[in-house]
Amino acid sequence: MRVYLDNAATTRAAPEVVEAMQPFFTEKYGNASSIHSFGEEAKDALENARQLIANYINAEPEQIVFTSGGTESDNLAIKGAAYALKNKGKHIITSKFEHPAVLECCQALEKEGFEVTYLNVSKDGFVNAEELKKAIRDDTILVTIMHANNEIGTIQDIDKIGKTCSEKEVVFHTDAVQSLGKIPLDVKEVNVDFVSFSAHKIHGPKGIGALFVRNKKQLQPLFHGGAQEFGLRPGTENVSGAVGFAKAVDMLSEIDVKRMTELRDYLIEKLLEIPEACLNGARENRLCNNVNVSFSHIEGESVLLGLDDKGVAVSTGSACTSKKLEPSHVLLALGIKPEEAHGSIRLSLSKYTTKEEIDYVINAAKEVVENLRKISPLGK
Amino acid sequence: MYSKKVLAHFKKPHNVGKIENADGVGTVGNRACGDVMKLYIKVKDDKIVDIKFETAGCAAAIATSSIITDLAKGKTIEEALKITKDNIVEELEGLPPVKVHCSLLAIDALRAAIKDYQEKKK
Repeated sequence: MRVYLDNAATTRAAPEVVEAMQPFFTEKYGNASSIHSFGEEAKDALENARQLIANYINAEPEQIVFTSGGTESDNLAIKGAAYALKNKGKHIITSKFEHPAVLECCQALEKEGFEVTYLNVSKDGFVNAEELKKAIRDDTILVTIMHANNEIGTIQDIDKIGKTCSEKEVVFHTDAVQSLGKIPLDVKEVNVDFVSFSAHKIHGPKGIGALFVRNKKQLQPLFHGGAQEFGLRPGTENVSGAVGFAKAVDMLSEIDVKRMTELRDYLIEKLLEIPEACLNGARENRLCNNVNVSFSHIEGESVLLGLDDKGVAVSTGSACTSKKLEPSHVLLALGIKPEEAHGSIRLSLSKYTTKEEIDYVINAAKEVVENLRKISPLGK
Repeated sequence: MYSKKVLAHFKKPHNVGKIENADGVGTVGNRACGDVMKLYIKVKDDKIVDIKFETAGCAAAIATSSIITDLAKGKTIEEALKITKDNIVEELEGLPPVKVHCSLLAIDALRAAIKDYQEKKK
């Protein structure tokens, strides 16, 4: 059996998505900015896609800017806002366990003279809203805190963070790349100024994402060129990508979330039956498809490859798979010891995951962990 | 990422285990930064007649442990001390650059086991 449990890394495109995209390669291939009929039909499709995505989060269509994906959306939001607002101040607040796309942007801005506060997270994986409030200064211009963490799945209270930012008149960006479709988001209810989205995490194509922009005046574009995407993101529009993205959003369903939650719970329960296994990140307030466990006395990459040999795909926070030979910054931020971070794997489900597959993975994991423990000198 | 040889040694490593009453034991590595290797040797007439390993680490760590036991078994102490990391990388048909340090760890483990044996002999 081949089982794909690395959906937090990427997902398979839904057949319906591929079908919806098809005409835009070879039949409706016009440039959406051209004013002839080829262009118009592409533009219509683009704007329909925009409208659908906007509706999903209760935004206006002109508040949706298409980008090449989550990383670009994060870059546009963080750098774009920093540059637009730098006359108001140069202090930014983020957390220690953000995605590298956020952290690296912050570090790049630090080199340009901005100051960044990296908030600690609790050992359960949550940003403390009170600590955030205290960190806001008169010269704070931007707060960026991810909605749900990609490694441990913990969900931040962006409602509360949004209220705080609103009170203090600070712009708030959230990376919702992992949370779109899994946690409801209504931008008229939550005070959030920028939200990053990505299509390939929800069975859409790779290479397309979006940024929700509440107020365009708070953003400077990073690209210069034509006038596409309200001048905020020039470049010939990826119409097929946008159409695929919209189709993926259209297919999102609460029923799938519920089913993934049940399978996730079952998987966690069974994996924790393995001796000396522990869950990383809180059990509650966790993404419906995320499981992250550490197994003592063995190393994550070898668990990953052992499972791969049995046809199961997962990912790991072990240092052995990072080019810098450092364990996952997320796990370290939780205060997990490096040797425990080393023996960790992340399993992430999708709407296509079946119970049969989960049962197969549980057995495979038990076998792999047992074998590796036989080879290990530790814990004996 | 890995050669077929590395994966073969990872899936079915040679000489896994402990040697009770070993003549030399070498433990190297640092759990905080990654791998831990423990090598046991049995020496007779200056020859390594038996060698076993226990390793907590990535596939490269397990593979280099396995191959060094193959390389050292049956060799004299002097010959075993001449084994280099390049020998290991060659036997494994290559290691990704970021994993070459695992081969160094295997050499360190063997040398530590030999040193332990030599000290016990005194």
